[in-house]
Amino acid sequence: MLETALTGSRRYWTWIIFLLALMGIGFLAYLKQFSYGLGITGLSRDVSWGLYIGQFTFLVGVAASGVMLVLPYYLHNFKQFGKITILGEFLVISAVIMCVLFIMADMGQPMRVVNIFLHPSLNSILFWDTIVLNGYLLLNVLVGWTILGSERKGIAPPKWVKPFIYLSIAWAPSIHTVTAFIYAGLPGRHYWLSAIMAARFLASAFAGGPALLIILALIIRKFTKFDPGKEAIQTLGKIVTYFMLTNVFFFGLEFFTALYSGIPGHSHPFKYLFVGLEGHGRLVPLMWASVLMALGSLLILIFPKARKNESILAFACVMVFLSLWIDKGFGLIIGGFVPNMFERVFEYWPTIPETLITIAIWATGFFVLTILYKIAISIREETAGIEIEH
Amino acid sequence: MSINRREFLKIAGISTIAGIGSVGLFDRLRKNALEASDYSPNLDALTAKRWAMVVDMSKFTTPEDYQKCINACHRTHNVPNFGNPKDEIKWIWTDTYEHTFPGQEHEYMPEDIKHRNFMLLCNHCQNPACVRVCPTKATFKRKDGIVMQDMHRCIGCRFCMAACPFGARSFNYRNPREFIKEEDINKEYPTRMIGVVEKCTFCTERLAVGKMPACVEEAPKGGLVFGDLDEPNSEVRKILSTTYTIRRKPDLGTEPSVFYVVGSSEFSIVPEIQ
Amino acid sequence: MYDGGKIIIGLIIFLALLTFPFYYNIGKVNAKPEPKIDTPEIQKLPVGERKCVESKEFMRGGHMQLLNEWRDSVVRDDKRIYVNSQGKKHNMSLQNECIRCHSNKKDFCDKCHNYMAVKPYCWTCHIEPKEKKS
Repeated sequence: MLETALTGSRRYWTWIIFLLALMGIGFLAYLKQFSYGLGITGLSRDVSWGLYIGQFTFLVGVAASGVMLVLPYYLHNFKQFGKITILGEFLVISAVIMCVLFIMADMGQPMRVVNIFLHPSLNSILFWDTIVLNGYLLLNVLVGWTILGSERKGIAPPKWVKPFIYLSIAWAPSIHTVTAFIYAGLPGRHYWLSAIMAARFLASAFAGGPALLIILALIIRKFTKFDPGKEAIQTLGKIVTYFMLTNVFFFGLEFFTALYSGIPGHSHPFKYLFVGLEGHGRLVPLMWASVLMALGSLLILIFPKARKNESILAFACVMVFLSLWIDKGFGLIIGGFVPNMFERVFEYWPTIPETLITIAIWATGFFVLTILYKIAISIREETAGIEIEH
Repeated sequence: MSINRREFLKIAGISTIAGIGSVGLFDRLRKNALEASDYSPNLDALTAKRWAMVVDMSKFTTPEDYQKCINACHRTHNVPNFGNPKDEIKWIWTDTYEHTFPGQEHEYMPEDIKHRNFMLLCNHCQNPACVRVCPTKATFKRKDGIVMQDMHRCIGCRFCMAACPFGARSFNYRNPREFIKEEDINKEYPTRMIGVVEKCTFCTERLAVGKMPACVEEAPKGGLVFGDLDEPNSEVRKILSTTYTIRRKPDLGTEPSVFYVVGSSEFSIVPEIQ
Repeated sequence: MYDGGKIIIGLIIFLALLTFPFYYNIGKVNAKPEPKIDTPEIQKLPVGERKCVESKEFMRGGHMQLLNEWRDSVVRDDKRIYVNSQGKKHNMSLQNECIRCHSNKKDFCDKCHNYMAVKPYCWTCHIEPKEKKS
């Protein structure tokens, strides 16, 4: 099936070359980081995780959100998702690949990463995260590829794939729960020490992932002959709406507990993020942008009429995505580290090489996604009009 | 019997994987073939069931008192000086009361304590969060309570730095070698490489040859007291049973093994109750 | 076979590239490395005591396993004294024990490692003995 990715329009190749160029630039930056050390980033003794780990966390959410398509389609036989499910599964694959790359970029000694398996430490959440992420990647490659392969031949997918689909449905929430546990179980990190961390993660994931998918589906419809389906997009819009509401509600809960209790340790990160602390407030504009976009998107999304208009829906989805990207891909991590363990404020801001590496990993993700979508769409175009019973 | 290309590729692929796999397996089996000799117990070593330290702040009077401890430690262990707080590596350092015991300070406390510097180092917790989170067992707790760091195994994920509530851990953001002066290098102790985490080890290498930790030796008399917490007659136990001591962030349940005597000599004299 | 000719030509080019290092080096002087064990420190020892931790043969083939075992033993188990097959005790330390005699890293360690094209990273952390530049 891979051969379908080797032929394409001029636009397709321009896009591919653009992504490859970004990847190349980032790779050079990474070589520099590899020899100089992580000192090339904005990370410090006080803020020891930053952009890389933030992107990782955000993308685990995108990966977990694939279940929002797979579950209704396979468990509830929701036919409208028939065409779009494969897009979800392939988005999962590229998201998990980005997760793994971000983790590797963040490692001080990437050459030693096999130590995780040579000396497995069952009490480390990071060990379990490695297991669940790689497992989820394998499941999605297996399921996505098999189903697409059968579709191309015009036959129903083999029976043995069903148990793997059910397993992947159960597996999806686990990857984000385990990722939340990385943070939620650390003594002394007040911003993270919250029982609803995993729930918040899932809510934001199930809003952000489908929002991205809506944008992708609209782009695909615009540039190819493949239509993911109006109904499917509208249903996704509903999913985004409800989970975004849940996410904002959960964040409000965190706010209430931290600020009403008045416990200094708990309220300080919120103050740092939203009003600044001791004269430091680098993240304040970003965090407010996130809040405004979250509220703005909800103001659109809760009205079915507004949602029905696909351009408005797309606009709302972009706001949802950006809002969550700031909150989870940046604020969440930094808020855990500022103020530091001595109640001192030491700020963090990514450097240029760090940003280039981050962009390159996103480009790699989009590269994988483009190839996979190209394959899926080419096959869909080949078999257009044929209905297959799953 | 004939096979098509697809089947041929499948068989070839599987046999390649099996081949590589078995080579690896043989390698692992051969490892145990090392004609291992024996280890001899180390009779010179200082030993304990649980090492602990009492930091008596009343004994530290001049800035030099602090600096001598810090220099002794950092020179002994080849700790680099990057000259900026971002890349900074430190095993032992100082901070004020407010930042050593966050949440314990108040406006009206003795000026003397408010502005005094406290010695800070790894707490060698009995229930260390850093050990709990390490994915490779690169940081681990020894039988004598010392929380040790295996720089050979550390992958530099920095999970331990996120987990440690005491900010005791530093990461090698840059090559440390270039930031240790040639004449300052302790040739008997290694440096580190980029990308690994390090911290105070209670001088395991000195305990092994019967010496007290470097900072303890340099501190003013009675300023840093090091001993066995499980030994009722040890000096640390004597202090703990007669003097009021506190630990950093005890509410987090990590059970630090470093105790602080806060009161200055001036305030430690309790007026007789009428 | 489709495109049989092209495939065969491709395979020949591939094999030629793959085996390039072999015939490139044919006939070139390729002396076996002879690590030097004539450091002043060793010379000072009485002839009978010029012995390494274990036999020469064992050390040649197994020094890396020995060092690996030592480092785990010292760092992780705090066992620091090694009793060799002759019953002699040694401090398990690359930096403080091995180097005491083998003070010639360039003529001892590097010679073989370069020949074998292996790059152990011991010396990024452990401090190498001071040597005259050669």
